[in-house]
Amino acid sequence: MIRELWAYRELVYFLAWRDVKVRYKQTVLGVLWAVIQPFFTMVVFTLLFGQLAKIPTDGIPAPIFYFSALVPWIYFSSTVTNAGMSLVANSGLLTKIYFPRVILPAAAALGNLMDFLISSVFLVGFVVYYRIPLGLNLLLWPALVVLLMLLSLGLGAFFAALNVKYRDIKYALPFVIQLLMFTTPIIYPASMVPERFQWLLALNPLSGLIEAFRYVVVPSHALDWSLLELSVVSTGVLFAASVAYFKSTEKAMADLV
Amino acid sequence: MTRRIEVQGLSKRYRLGRAQHDQMLRERLIEMIKRPLGRMKETESIWALRDVSFDADEGEVVGIIGRNGAGKSTLLKVLSRITYPTSGEVKINGRVASLLEVGTGFHDELTGRENIFLNGSILGMRKREVEERFDAIVDFSGVEQFIDTPIKHYSSGMRLRLGFAVAAHLEPDVLIVDEVLAVGDAGFQKKCIQAMEGLRNSGRTVLFVSHNLAAVENLCSRGIWIDAGKIRMDGAAKDIIASYMSSFVGERVSGSDLSGARNRLGSGEIRYTRLETLSPDGTPCAIIRSGDGLVLRFHYHAEKLMRDPSFGFRLYTEMGTLITETGHLLHGIHIPKVEPGDGYLELEIDSLNLVPGQYLFSLWITGQPSKIVYDGDVRASLEVEVADVYKSGRMLDSRHGLVYFPQRWRVKQA
Repeated sequence: MIRELWAYRELVYFLAWRDVKVRYKQTVLGVLWAVIQPFFTMVVFTLLFGQLAKIPTDGIPAPIFYFSALVPWIYFSSTVTNAGMSLVANSGLLTKIYFPRVILPAAAALGNLMDFLISSVFLVGFVVYYRIPLGLNLLLWPALVVLLMLLSLGLGAFFAALNVKYRDIKYALPFVIQLLMFTTPIIYPASMVPERFQWLLALNPLSGLIEAFRYVVVPSHALDWSLLELSVVSTGVLFAASVAYFKSTEKAMADLV
Repeated sequence: MTRRIEVQGLSKRYRLGRAQHDQMLRERLIEMIKRPLGRMKETESIWALRDVSFDADEGEVVGIIGRNGAGKSTLLKVLSRITYPTSGEVKINGRVASLLEVGTGFHDELTGRENIFLNGSILGMRKREVEERFDAIVDFSGVEQFIDTPIKHYSSGMRLRLGFAVAAHLEPDVLIVDEVLAVGDAGFQKKCIQAMEGLRNSGRTVLFVSHNLAAVENLCSRGIWIDAGKIRMDGAAKDIIASYMSSFVGERVSGSDLSGARNRLGSGEIRYTRLETLSPDGTPCAIIRSGDGLVLRFHYHAEKLMRDPSFGFRLYTEMGTLITETGHLLHGIHIPKVEPGDGYLELEIDSLNLVPGQYLFSLWITGQPSKIVYDGDVRASLEVEVADVYKSGRMLDSRHGLVYFPQRWRVKQA
């Protein structure tokens, strides 16, 4: 599949470019949306969970604590959603032209990267504003981004293939993503989860990943490395399984969509 | 000479019913609970293609003709790798471009320039190739003035020209084209035909599906006639077209001969004998297309003098949905009597607003009151072929419902 993606890399790029271009063209605020969504979510979280519920943030300033987790989370949730819908949404292409079908979810994953990068730049500015010294941890960031993309694409491609066959995925997907958000350490730190539930946290590949994204900008944040290692392994397994499932359904897609 | 296409024993089966469409996971789960060990319910299936084999060489332009639902489009889709065959093999040597639609992937919000790159990439061109041919593409399309305008402001003709311009610069070894010449104005069609001739002369292989038999005859050296999923004839385009046309004529006479219609109702003093389909100018017409003007001529034979007979028919879809019922009484036309012997009535339809497909007539003749049935439920079939009714290059099919309205869209923005 990697070879196919490489052969069709220009098409992936053009489809991603189309999505980005159209998204920014059709909105009044354009590129600003990339920042508005995580920013206002962060403000609400800070007020609600930080000020009202007094959920600990592991000594990190609350805005940074939430924002650093929201940036990858928003990439993840929008990529899984967009990729999950990509095949059905592009049924016109699917039934008229041949290309490796995985290109559609891949283009969604690539297109969303734009928003992710913009909001990441914003995050760095934020960190500087809070006078948190940036360290060598930043070097870990590219690897985390790759991991995040693989995880999002893996899950997105799986849902995309499933969505072609069963149209109720469309209704189930937002719900699944919402549940995932609460079972991922976004509004609470991983350290807050009681010992006997830590294994549950470890089952979720996002847990280690989101915590690591925090660690990258806040070096003082204690990172449970074993959680990240588990994330790497489970992302790999999930991605491989999803690709295998996608491949097995690929041939029938044009007849079903 | 290089062999470009080798097709061996190609078959394609489609499953009918709900397995094919919009199945809900919920339903599937319920099914699994109901019969945990049993197999999934066997669904009905149809063979869209059955054991199709042919070859095509470099420089050959092959026209594929056949009726609606004969399997032409399925064949093109299998050859383009969009859908996979149930069995059989396809071997294509060289670069393939398939053009099942003009302007696939065009996005309204993007400009003409942006769409050229997007569409080119979708059709399999490299960015570098698009850049090299960009000026030629724009020139061919004739929309250079609007090249930086979003194509939502384009007319349908402009979009079409732009789409075809990209496709014409693909330079593939094998080109697969589905019914694109049926669209656009005469000047545009001429351009398309020239472009295809250019391909032929430079040794490309072209597979071309069309209802435009004149275009097939002009362009194609060879024809393949597909009927009910099988190759019925393969040979010189002229011969194939002649046989294809004569099959219609033969069937028109027998198919609409109603004297032997089975299971008809009524007492039989007066009976339908024949249903003729004519063009508005009165010549017999073999192929009826969406939106065509049409004259239906109902021949009858009366055994004796009939008083106040009433003629009419119902038109059903293949699935038995009543589309319309009409009769002369509805128009306020009263027929006081019909003399013994033969005669006919004519119904003129300005525009047959049915989507392509197979339809069923059920003809009746009643007396006064209409409880008295002289002749009833006389079945005759009507086949409506594809046409570019909106002159946009987008063909109607059964997904668009049963009928369409003569219509115009206007886009106004504040």
